[in-house]
Amino acid sequence: MTMISVKNLIKKYGDFAAVNDVSFDVKKGEIFGFLGPNGAGKTSTINMMIGLLKPNSGRITINEIDVIKQTKKAQEIMGIVADESNLYNEMNGFENLCFCGALYGMKKKEREHKARELLKLFKLTDASTKTFKSYSKGMKRKLTIAAALIHSPKILFLDEPTTGIDVESSRQIRELLLQLKNNGTTIFITTHYIEEAERLCDRIAFIVQGKIVASGTISELMDKITQNHNVHIITNKDVQDYITDFQKCFKESKVSLKKPNKLVIETEKRIPLLPILKFFQEKEIEVYEAKEIHPSLEEVFIKLTGIETSVLQKEKGGF
Amino acid sequence: MKSLIAFHNILKKDINNYYLKPPNISWGIIFPLSWTLMQLFRSVDSNILELLPGLISTSILFGTTSMLAVTITFERSGRSFERLLLAPISLNTLMLAKITGTILFGIFNAFVPIIFASFFINLSDINWIIVILAVFLIAITSSLTGLLVAVSAQQVFEAQTISNFFRFPMLFLCGLFIPVSSLPEFLKPISYCLPLTYGADILKGAINNNNFLPYKLCLIMLLIFTIGLFTISKYIIEKKQNR
Repeated sequence: MTMISVKNLIKKYGDFAAVNDVSFDVKKGEIFGFLGPNGAGKTSTINMMIGLLKPNSGRITINEIDVIKQTKKAQEIMGIVADESNLYNEMNGFENLCFCGALYGMKKKEREHKARELLKLFKLTDASTKTFKSYSKGMKRKLTIAAALIHSPKILFLDEPTTGIDVESSRQIRELLLQLKNNGTTIFITTHYIEEAERLCDRIAFIVQGKIVASGTISELMDKITQNHNVHIITNKDVQDYITDFQKCFKESKVSLKKPNKLVIETEKRIPLLPILKFFQEKEIEVYEAKEIHPSLEEVFIKLTGIETSVLQKEKGGF
Repeated sequence: MKSLIAFHNILKKDINNYYLKPPNISWGIIFPLSWTLMQLFRSVDSNILELLPGLISTSILFGTTSMLAVTITFERSGRSFERLLLAPISLNTLMLAKITGTILFGIFNAFVPIIFASFFINLSDINWIIVILAVFLIAITSSLTGLLVAVSAQQVFEAQTISNFFRFPMLFLCGLFIPVSSLPEFLKPISYCLPLTYGADILKGAINNNNFLPYKLCLIMLLIFTIGLFTISKYIIEKKQNR
């Protein structure tokens, strides 16, 4: 079931197209990642999807609700986490959550109960009576995400959720997001952290200069740049003398020796590992490691967008 | 019901976070009080009743415009205002919730000079129903002026500068210190374009029986200003969202 549908979305600021004919779908219970450098159009796209910005043209539906025509109705089922922790400094954690629940029309008992539950889930119970301004960056981020979940939204939008926070808080947030996904929440996330996208997302879209240059599951994206299959083999001894024999047995493969006991077999079509292992066994060579090597998402990103990942990491201080 | 819960909680949050903070309470008391004392010491022979409409109007104007212009701009710069815009409540509900706190603060401001005056003079001849109505309407139009400033400015200091640009000329042009009839001809049309001119005139009538415009006309004008300022502020917020 399609939960989010974006069709031919365009947003222009004067002559500059920040978002240029962007289309994609997000299925129910899926984590969909938008990956791109600053100024790529990630925030403009998410702002149009949550009803904060009006597009010049295009269509956005959330759970079959037209976001442009029925913004408030669509916002009822959305949980929104902005790229900054924008809660109220003077209020404590519990009060902030209750206030956010009230904005969605939740009754006092209901919102207090849910606030306590979320504080426990996000391991913030001890800090619930402390003012938001006294929280660390990581705690602020966690409370901001908790505030977006107070009304049990069907869809969660997160704009750069782990930017600028400590490793432990980032890990906790990723765990919680996976937990939410397992409970059926659809998650749309923008990030410039490739590692985060790789760990979290079921599908990813690369956005550069307002356009989606590639999208799909991680393996689909990898297939786009992978022409040959590479199998790395590590053995217990030198295999240099067996290369010619190997080549005879596996005619369609190209073998190169990286080290005396490490070889790479390159094939156009995928080949099973068992015959390779048998070949070495017959030669009384032990195989310690045999695995197919895929390109990393980072390599895929560089190849498809032409942007070095260091550009992404430099922009907001790295992972 | 859902809108009512949101409205009540936004109002409660604003009262607790801003209006009940000691600096703001003291501003709400000290400003009208010092303004009243300054006027009394300046002209010891003057009749307190004659000063009262000006003191009430000034207290409301400064109290409301300062508070709303600063609090909304502050929330906008911290992006917590964005949270309110993204809640499933209508913009009308949100704007009403934001100005209600300021209106209450303005009414509180208005009664500081009245209570102070009650220690010196007999206030029993005042038409209180009209005074309360005028205070309420001045508080609404002043709050909406503050809202207009708040949604137009980007930063707190910018909001304060724009507020002063509105407030100080308004004080001298609305007939509080110089009667509108005594103003130079070219300034009179400006005076009639200011909501405070009508609010102050109602107060003058209710307190000293020396209004120069009929109550009905002033009330209609204040209602027109209320609708106009609300509509313009709403238009600016929507326009900024559609940018």
